[in-house]
Amino acid sequence: MFPSAEKIIRLARLPLAAALLGLLVSGCGVNNIPSYEEQAKAKWSDVLNQYQRRAELIPNLVETVKGYAAQERQVLEAVTNARARATSIQIPADVLTDPEAFKRFQEAQAQLTGALGRLLAVSERYPDLKSNQNFLALQSQLEGTENRIAVARRDYIEAVRVYNTELRTFPGVVWASTLYRNAKPMQTFTVAEDVTRPPQVRF
Amino acid sequence: MRLAVRSKIAALPLRASGMRVALAAVFGGLISVAALALNFPTLTGRVVDDAGILDQPTRTALTQKLADLEAKTTDQLVVATLRSLQGTSIEDFGYQLGRYWKIGQQGKNNGVVLIVVPSERKVRIEVGYGLEGTLTDAVTKLIIENSILPRFRANDYPGGIARGVDDIIQVLTGDAEEWQRRAVRPASRQTDPFQWLFFAIFYGVIAWIILSSIGFPLIYSLLVALGIVKKRPRKGFWNWANSSSSGSSWGSSGWSSGSGSSWGSSDGGGFSGGGGSFGGGGSSGSW
Repeated sequence: MFPSAEKIIRLARLPLAAALLGLLVSGCGVNNIPSYEEQAKAKWSDVLNQYQRRAELIPNLVETVKGYAAQERQVLEAVTNARARATSIQIPADVLTDPEAFKRFQEAQAQLTGALGRLLAVSERYPDLKSNQNFLALQSQLEGTENRIAVARRDYIEAVRVYNTELRTFPGVVWASTLYRNAKPMQTFTVAEDVTRPPQVRF
Repeated sequence: MRLAVRSKIAALPLRASGMRVALAAVFGGLISVAALALNFPTLTGRVVDDAGILDQPTRTALTQKLADLEAKTTDQLVVATLRSLQGTSIEDFGYQLGRYWKIGQQGKNNGVVLIVVPSERKVRIEVGYGLEGTLTDAVTKLIIENSILPRFRANDYPGGIARGVDDIIQVLTGDAEEWQRRAVRPASRQTDPFQWLFFAIFYGVIAWIILSSIGFPLIYSLLVALGIVKKRPRKGFWNWANSSSSGSSWGSSGWSSGSGSSWGSSDGGGFSGGGGSFGGGGSSGSW
């Protein structure tokens, strides 16, 4: 007679329970919240990268425009000031879950976007500037960066949507209220600004 | 379109302002959903002439050039002519099309899509993440302004596209050392099949242990208790367990089916994207 079923079960109970629990738990999305959170954070650093890149392009652009259109002092100063504000703003570590800090960041960047748009619009009036190779290169880089910002923002919005949905739907809501008590919904960009297209320039 | 809806709603009497808000929300939602769902043409080859502006010899010649480029550098360059932009900007359409087609090799993201929309007089060179350093925004702008647009303005679409493709290829293969280095760099997802195999075996074994140690004896003792089956010697059980151990195979087959990813099948007649992604690099122009 082979060892009775009870004996086998008694012997193998502990490792089996552990294996079963592991299977069940990994199948129930216990890892979803942290992994979605990390994805959203990665997308956020993409967004920051692109904004940073834009800020780095601006001094060169301002210098080039000054050479041809120094009389547009107001517009040039607006860009310089907006850049200074956007780069000097303190980004707290919890900016993604702090609505106030997120709003401040978003507004500073939106102001810079607006000022840059005006600068590019004004530079249309100076044919010499428009045919300057350096300006053309800077302009195309700026357009490209604005476009990358738009893409990075949309990717971030999507990642946050996935993460926030996981926090509020089953089974994620179970883990959010037990294992991940400190997981908070993340802030996202408002749609209105996401729609703004990069300044289009015709030649 | 959105404006038209707005103005119609604004024409309603002010009294119904709550209604107006609700209507605006409904219409706005409908429109933005419609705008999100873009229809992308099928990736039929390296040259997708949806707008029908290229003749057969040009298409063949282009396809050959593009295939040569991939053989040399693994960079995937695709030419797409579109009938319309479906109400969005070419920048928005471009990166989504590139991602949808997965142009470029996985892990390297070295894809480029040259998009031409004759109906809206727009052209764009969409550059994948991995080539943004080589094919910079300024370089693509120069290619568009100097090589493509003058020919498009003279209604010479095949000439403009061919010249643009030549220039892009020249930039991509310009620095011999650079592209050799890039061709040697291994794709980062090489280990994937092994990982899947590992998981298949791992879960298969666990499933087998659980089934054979709880499931089979339990059923067996139940059947014995009910008097349906007579108690058998030990040898008999193991034979029986082995013969019905197909329980372990569902575990492995269920998992290994996930490994059917399509990367690597990027050459030959049936062209497909290698799994690359796009982040909005490149530049656009209009004529």
